[in-house]
Amino acid sequence: MSPYLAFEEHEAPLPPLPGHTSRGRLERVLRAGEFAITAELNPPDSADPNEVFDRGAVFDGWVDGINATDGSGANCHMSSVGICALLTRVGYSPIMQISCRDHNRIAIQGNVLGAAAMGVNNILCLTGDGVQAGDQPGAKPVFDLDCMSLLRTIRQMRDDGLFLSGRKITSPPQVFLGAAINPFAPPYDFRPLRLAKKIEAGAQFVQSQYCFDIPMLERYMDSVRDMGLDEKCFILIGVGPLASARAARWIRSNVPGIHIPDAIIERLERADDQKLEGKKICIEMLQQVHDMKGVSGAHVMAYRQEELVAEIVHESGVLKDRKPWTREAAPGFEAVVEATDNTREHLGEEIDPSEAVAAVSD
Amino acid sequence: MSKAAYQPASTSPVVRSRAFYTIRLWSVRHARFLERIYKALAIVFLKLHPVWKRVGYQRAEKPVMIAEKIVKGFLFDCRMCGQCALSDTGMSCPMNCPKSLRNGPCGGVRPNGNCEVEPDMPCVWVQAWTGSRMMVGGDAIQKVQPPVDHSLKETSSWLRVTSEAAEQKEAS
Repeated sequence: MSPYLAFEEHEAPLPPLPGHTSRGRLERVLRAGEFAITAELNPPDSADPNEVFDRGAVFDGWVDGINATDGSGANCHMSSVGICALLTRVGYSPIMQISCRDHNRIAIQGNVLGAAAMGVNNILCLTGDGVQAGDQPGAKPVFDLDCMSLLRTIRQMRDDGLFLSGRKITSPPQVFLGAAINPFAPPYDFRPLRLAKKIEAGAQFVQSQYCFDIPMLERYMDSVRDMGLDEKCFILIGVGPLASARAARWIRSNVPGIHIPDAIIERLERADDQKLEGKKICIEMLQQVHDMKGVSGAHVMAYRQEELVAEIVHESGVLKDRKPWTREAAPGFEAVVEATDNTREHLGEEIDPSEAVAAVSD
Repeated sequence: MSKAAYQPASTSPVVRSRAFYTIRLWSVRHARFLERIYKALAIVFLKLHPVWKRVGYQRAEKPVMIAEKIVKGFLFDCRMCGQCALSDTGMSCPMNCPKSLRNGPCGGVRPNGNCEVEPDMPCVWVQAWTGSRMMVGGDAIQKVQPPVDHSLKETSSWLRVTSEAAEQKEAS
């Protein structure tokens, strides 16, 4: 037997392309100039791999990357490395989030190598929420690195093949580096400069906090475009459905860094079906973000309503005719029609194509 | 290539003069005496519970914390973790351990009883063991200490212990 691990077809990295730093699908989609969609997987509080597969399956065929959060909100869940290991096993393209709150530089660099070895092509560098925000406020906050130094560290590992200490890495991690932005928090003037700094430190794509305020985003993007930052980095704007006006109020006062204008909350209150209205607002945001110059994609965060992501993406029509990679090699309708036609010719029997599709899908 | 056996570093990453912990070592040598003082102090604090209650534990926090910081900082190099274990650890503050171990020494203690990380510093837990042998309640060193609650940093441990003891007294 070969001493090397053989990849299944769906697990194998894509062939390298010039100018690409990773061999993943997200970078390809973005560099091809397509509007990319990413979503966030709600990590399970469980040791059952099937929970991860089930939660990943709701995005199947609708997203180009799945964010695996790293103890988001300082709450304890399955680790992002673990989730990514499972997702890559079935061919999904995860974006591994690394937060500086729980790991020091030794652990982080080790995790980057481990993740890259398991087929993770995208890494999102975050500072992370403080421990006081989560379910275990007595924990020791690490914050050995911050998002900027983390970006620089992983870039050094990838481009120079060196650990932070200067020791050599025999096979550097080929990853596409991301960071987070929040255009909706003060100091507003500094936000574009901070993006510039992140790009300088190594960010190749950024995902933003929830956007509920298009004029504010427009102002941010104006200065980003003036500085030419949208050409140096792929900007994905975060959108998401609000479940109700009450939920929106709660988020506004309890989750740091999320800006929801009063107009949105009033609109939710007036609606008969608040959940449906929340989804409609999200679709409108997504369409407006899609038409904004300098925006390369959207990050759809539907916390605890993940099943809505597919509907939102579909109904907004931002993907146009593009169909992101899907795990299920389900037979296309045309293929089945052809097969049934063949059978009819040969057997002289009538078969309803839609019944046949249903039979095969089962 | 064969590698030499692991040798702990001979120089300390943290340059600290011996004068920094002579007082702390003195405290361990007088653990029995300090234990008696601590017990007396605990009784006085508990007696003062009505006063603390009238002033409000919140308002008393700052001045008591500062007093505690000065006294314990001088005697034990206290790090103000806010959940003092001194009476359980032979009057040797476990937060001075470079690994902040709270349940006993690591395996790296040198033959001369010094710290693995800081070769010039006597191991906090070697000291704790000697101190505990002098104390009446020294066997409390066998108690398993819970993980440090970092949200209690820079708060008064004396007041917390007092209010908890008072609550227990009222409950029983």
